[in-house]
Amino acid sequence: MTGHQLLFWVFAAVTCGGAIAVVLTQNVVRMAFWLIVSLGASAGLFFLLNADFVGTAQLLVYVGGTLVLLVFGVMLTASGPFSKMQTRPGELFLAGIVAFLLLGLLGSSVCSVNWNAVVAATNHGQPLLARQELNHGYNKPEEGNTGHPLGMAFLGMRPDRDLAPGTKTLSTGYLLPFEIASVHLLVVLIGAAYLARAKRRVQPNE
Amino acid sequence: MMPLIAANSLGEYVLESLLYWKLPGNESIAFTIAALIHVVLILTFFGVAPLIFIWLERKVAGRIQDRLGPTRVGGAYGWLQTLADGVKLIQKEDLCPAEADRMLFRMSPYLVFVASFGAFIALPFGNGFVVQNLEVGLFFMLALMSLEVLGVVFAGYSSGSKWALFGGMREAAQVVSYEIPMAICALVPVIATGSLNLVEVGRFQAGGFWNWLIFQNPFTFVAFFVYFTVATASVKRAPFDLAEAESELVAGFHTEYSGIRWSYFFMAEYASMFAVSGIAVFLFLGGWYDGVHIIESMDAFVAREGCGWLGQYTVNVIGLAIFITKATSLVFFQMWVRWTLPRLRIDQVMMTCLKYLLPISCALFLGATVWPLFLYSLPMTAGQTDLRPYPMGNRVYNAKPAAVKPADKSDSTKHPAPSAVIIKEGSGKEA
Repeated sequence: MTGHQLLFWVFAAVTCGGAIAVVLTQNVVRMAFWLIVSLGASAGLFFLLNADFVGTAQLLVYVGGTLVLLVFGVMLTASGPFSKMQTRPGELFLAGIVAFLLLGLLGSSVCSVNWNAVVAATNHGQPLLARQELNHGYNKPEEGNTGHPLGMAFLGMRPDRDLAPGTKTLSTGYLLPFEIASVHLLVVLIGAAYLARAKRRVQPNE
Repeated sequence: MMPLIAANSLGEYVLESLLYWKLPGNESIAFTIAALIHVVLILTFFGVAPLIFIWLERKVAGRIQDRLGPTRVGGAYGWLQTLADGVKLIQKEDLCPAEADRMLFRMSPYLVFVASFGAFIALPFGNGFVVQNLEVGLFFMLALMSLEVLGVVFAGYSSGSKWALFGGMREAAQVVSYEIPMAICALVPVIATGSLNLVEVGRFQAGGFWNWLIFQNPFTFVAFFVYFTVATASVKRAPFDLAEAESELVAGFHTEYSGIRWSYFFMAEYASMFAVSGIAVFLFLGGWYDGVHIIESMDAFVAREGCGWLGQYTVNVIGLAIFITKATSLVFFQMWVRWTLPRLRIDQVMMTCLKYLLPISCALFLGATVWPLFLYSLPMTAGQTDLRPYPMGNRVYNAKPAAVKPADKSDSTKHPAPSAVIIKEGSGKEA
């Protein structure tokens, strides 16, 4: 096992452990703490993949931004000290079903990828090279090597389906789920803005 | 081979030495050794710098208040006072209030410590003297230092005390708002250089002090002062130390802390003061360059005489001393401000940020973006060399980022470095 693999397993274990601890804790602020652990370790995974910018953005946006707001919100709104989150068995059951459905979805989409074809497509049909020389993007290393398979798949082109030799039908990649997720975020934003405005409008009339 | 440059090259150096001496070892072991060397080096710095700064703070406070400050421990100047305090703090009982959330109460000092320490990974101490030469070094430092607030908020929340809770609330509100102008002000010199890599930003400022980014254009000049104000606030120093506010909140977020856990907060605070000052030095005040061509001449001498890695290393150590001197003077300035100005009220702190500093920094950002375009709109006399800045920043391009030899070394034989000339005269022409 190389040092890289060891570090990967350490970060992966901390990410998963933190995530499980978030679910198992009942105190909201402790949940936030475990979320820091989990998100910080996943930032570590990004750093391990040489994705410095993504890892830093993860730390700044999620840990430094979102979590501070979360804790700040809890401190502002909590009625007593150390507010707990009581979940009823029914909610737990429902959440479990949703979580396992999501796990199944993610697992099936990972398994549905023909990884050999991805490697072949990014290396322009050449056989698998030694690890150091493996090309991870479509364009050359001198050009930044930034066109990666995942990004292409989000734009609607799957390297293993569309670029493999002998493909007849073209896939849509992950374009549709990606767009649905962004529309969903927009809906949430508008909903939050609407809720915040509605409360303010009621008060002057009283 | 030059040791003590970015971790990658030190790792390669260790690997080569292992192979040369026919010692057992592979890439992983070599890189682990390199990483350990770096961690020990910064951890030492992280421990020693607060030791000196806390002593300095007491001396400065004493002098400003017409006292002597510590005089007994370690001779006439009391320079061992902080070490004596540290020994006392370690011996103290590790108390945790009955009302507190024990786990969070115990964790939060470490969180603050780790966040502050992590920022030093990307802070260069000289030409290539950096643990990890990240392309997004500045962004990384700002991101990690923004995590410090979480530890403070957790400390305030978990203490089970109203003073601590108020301190934590104020800290959260203050730091979340001050982060915005801080990041925007840090972008103003980045626009001029076109790089977030702090080593590259430092190399960009070779030559005389007029090449320093603070004198780059009117906007960077103002941005330095705005950045420094905001940075003082972001490390919760007076006059912005609302989270502690001894006269109102006993000791704010760390009211319930004692012993070594309490001292972690202070180590992190003083180390962060150095970190924000270090960023200021790199972004505005010429990094490791002295401003009167000493480093550049030595670089040229080493390149001409072929002194090998030892010569280059010596030059780098001198650069390190210059950088630390500059950053320490900024820290000294923060102390001076602390003991001179009265503390603001919380509403005044928020108003200063949201009504004044934020619009000012946005205007500076806009101005710095438009400045090169404005210079291009002016007519040029015939036969004049075009020395105007590029709209996307005059980046110093390195052929090989991991190369042992700094890119500007060969350039600096003809003073000043050509890359530095490009901009300076462009803005000078307008003035």
